[in-house]
Amino acid sequence: MIYSPFISKPDSVARIMLRVLLALVPGIALYVWYFGPAILVSITLASLTALGTEALMLRLRDRPVAPFLRDNSALLTAWLLALSIPPLAPWWLVVVGTAFAIAIAKHLYGGLGNNLFNPAMVGYAVLIISFPAQMTHWIAPHGLGQIELGFFDQLEYIFLGVLPHQTTLDAVTMATPLDTLKTHLHLGQPVRQILDMPIYGRFGGHGGEMVAWGFLFGGLYLLAARIISWHIPVAYLGTLFVVAGIFHLVDQAHYVAPLFHWYSGAAILGAFFILTDPVSSPTTNKGRLIFAAGAALLTYLIRVYGGFPDGVAFATLLMNICVPLIVLYTQPKVFGKKDSGFGKKDQP
Amino acid sequence: MRKLYRFHGGIHPPSNKMQSTRNGIARAPLPAKLIVPLQQHAGEAAKPVVQAGDHVLKGQLIGMPDGFVSSAVHAPTSGTIAAIDLQLIAHPSGLPNLCATLIPDGKDEWVEIKPVDYRSHSSDDLQQLLRMAGVVGLGGAAFPSDIKLRTGKQKITTLILNGAECEPYITCDDMLMRERAAEIVQGAEILRFMLDATEVLIGVEDNKPEAIAALQQAISADSAVLEQNRRHEVVAIPTIYPGGGAKQLIRVITGLEVPSGKLPTDVGVQCFNVATAWSVYRALVYGEPLLSRVITITGNVRHAQNYEVLIGTPIDELVALSEALPDTDHYIMGGPMMGMPLPAVHVPAVKATNCIIAASAKLFPPPPPAMPCIRCTRCVEVCPAELQPQDLYWFAQSKEFGRAQVFSLFDCIECGACSYVCPSHIPLVQYYRFSKSEIRAREHDKQLADQARERHEFREHRIEREKREKADKLAAREKATQTAKLASSQPSATQPTELEASRAHIREVAQSGTEPNATEIDIP
Repeated sequence: MIYSPFISKPDSVARIMLRVLLALVPGIALYVWYFGPAILVSITLASLTALGTEALMLRLRDRPVAPFLRDNSALLTAWLLALSIPPLAPWWLVVVGTAFAIAIAKHLYGGLGNNLFNPAMVGYAVLIISFPAQMTHWIAPHGLGQIELGFFDQLEYIFLGVLPHQTTLDAVTMATPLDTLKTHLHLGQPVRQILDMPIYGRFGGHGGEMVAWGFLFGGLYLLAARIISWHIPVAYLGTLFVVAGIFHLVDQAHYVAPLFHWYSGAAILGAFFILTDPVSSPTTNKGRLIFAAGAALLTYLIRVYGGFPDGVAFATLLMNICVPLIVLYTQPKVFGKKDSGFGKKDQP
Repeated sequence: MRKLYRFHGGIHPPSNKMQSTRNGIARAPLPAKLIVPLQQHAGEAAKPVVQAGDHVLKGQLIGMPDGFVSSAVHAPTSGTIAAIDLQLIAHPSGLPNLCATLIPDGKDEWVEIKPVDYRSHSSDDLQQLLRMAGVVGLGGAAFPSDIKLRTGKQKITTLILNGAECEPYITCDDMLMRERAAEIVQGAEILRFMLDATEVLIGVEDNKPEAIAALQQAISADSAVLEQNRRHEVVAIPTIYPGGGAKQLIRVITGLEVPSGKLPTDVGVQCFNVATAWSVYRALVYGEPLLSRVITITGNVRHAQNYEVLIGTPIDELVALSEALPDTDHYIMGGPMMGMPLPAVHVPAVKATNCIIAASAKLFPPPPPAMPCIRCTRCVEVCPAELQPQDLYWFAQSKEFGRAQVFSLFDCIECGACSYVCPSHIPLVQYYRFSKSEIRAREHDKQLADQARERHEFREHRIEREKREKADKLAAREKATQTAKLASSQPSATQPTELEASRAHIREVAQSGTEPNATEIDIP
């Protein structure tokens, strides 16, 4: 027998995930424009690995395969991970990271809805710790590299590790803007001078900042479509801005301006697409603000004082651990149990 | 314009009310047999006062209220009582209940009825009359109205009539307000008089402009109301489900938040459905007990329509009037959000029946298989009780009922908004109903166990005390003989302290037995 309610809003997990995937498209398009089509190879590779691992794990766990393969959640993990990995990374890096994300970080925790950690970020963390060298194969943006590889050259390198004759890896890849900044600051150069280098654009890295604009656009769509709430992106970017701003105001020679932090690395992607993963983020609005603010603080500290190229992934994972506690201590008052309580009127 | 307030959340399901408001209320024909359940209200069932074979007149008492929360049941028409036995009724349990089966004689002959001038009676007298007239809340819960009017020392400032009718499909209140606004307003005035309230606010969702206009006109035309310096007002409230929930409606109209576990009367408000006001009016001004009500027949039918239906009319006859379409496969009593599936279509219409929806797989497609909760919190966004439905679901799944109670499970009004928006298609409300019934069952078991333990402990204590007293007596006697020998008497101090100790112990046991535990009692 079916019980009330007998009607429901036409929506589904698959549709929500699909719309998040669509929201990534503008950023990916700009990525291709500035860095070549190699990223599409990683995304495809990650997607296939994710679906394959998902199907295998579902079968091993004796769960229905078809409905879960169609929920698009594995694809979303795959895309987010692929976007965090250098496009010229060898094919097996993408496969290992994605398989780990789906099998270990997702299914060993109980599958969809039960993972404590963001699977894509777990995949990233595994790769950056295990294969730090391969994780530096970032392509130089269009117009900046000594040599630009064609699509087939990129494919050849990803799958066979072979570069065209007389081309070195250093000629086609370069350090990320965040890395470059860190290295040069260590060399004692002031921020202003470093930012004059050609890899920097108006706000962040040349090319990279445009990709960030794309993700920002997609993120605003997610907000408008009410797939995510404003709390996490606003608290994350706001805290990052404030913290970076304070450091910058105190010492402009050593601490870069806050907008640089927004438009470099995975800050925008993280604010709208990674930290907002509903499964691994808090369910209360107040909790979301605390979670995102904590993540922003950690991102900044890892970027400035840590040894890793970006801080978003570890900040996410560290804050993921805190989620149950945050949720427990940010429970909102229920109707009829407000402090304003007994028959008190408040504003409409 | 009155300042309105908001309640949290809510949804906008398709209203589907147009179908059944095209025509006015029609009178359903007299059926061949009426099955009148003796329990149509919350509380204790009425006690049958007629026997099989008796001839009864229309409006004659057939069920006497039995217990504090109970209400009378009457013969809806004249005829012969064919049987008083167990019949299937519209109850979620699907269990049969005691019913009087009445075969109408077709004469529709009234018992002697006495109109009452309510102004010359005390509220207590009127409450008794309403109880004997079988007036219960017609909004769906069928709570005896006389109890809600028994406010004791509590001062009621505002009487709210609930004409929100926020559930999709249902239009019985809408049509009643359109057609019988004057009688509703007069019923409201009687209720106001009984409660000694200062104002009457009739809350109607703004998707019913005809009803609002009719009520406004009725108020401005009502001389009794005019004399009271316009204490009546129609308040158009935004159409948002569940705006017709009593606590939500009170919030919207007055801004007051009825505290959890309390009643509206605790904040000086009492709330009645508009149809209840209408039946109060009929019961006192005409002396007619509650024999019929308006029911919406809609859904998968050819002619959706509101009918005035005698209580006890088999629902299949009503459905036949509206011509249910061939692919109809089940029926829902109430609306699509909170209604219940009927165990069978031949069950009788009762006082709580506001709507019958013929349902088909096309009209209400079965939900796709449930996916895991992804904690998207769409349910949190729509919950009018401001709960965390995803957590309550989690606790229900893991049977952590204690945690569910801490997370205010019993503040859930089961409106179904969470299930409606859930992208994982989880039947959330079912989980909450399950948790609540489990907790109630456990509380009941615990109470019984507590009582047994209490009795046992008391008995043990008594036996021990008696033993001790005997020993003390013996000792005292021995002492007395000894002291008598010594010719010096000492008062025995031991006995009174013993007694006191035992009294204190009994008090302790009694207190621990009745100590309120974590469970909260759900207020109907």
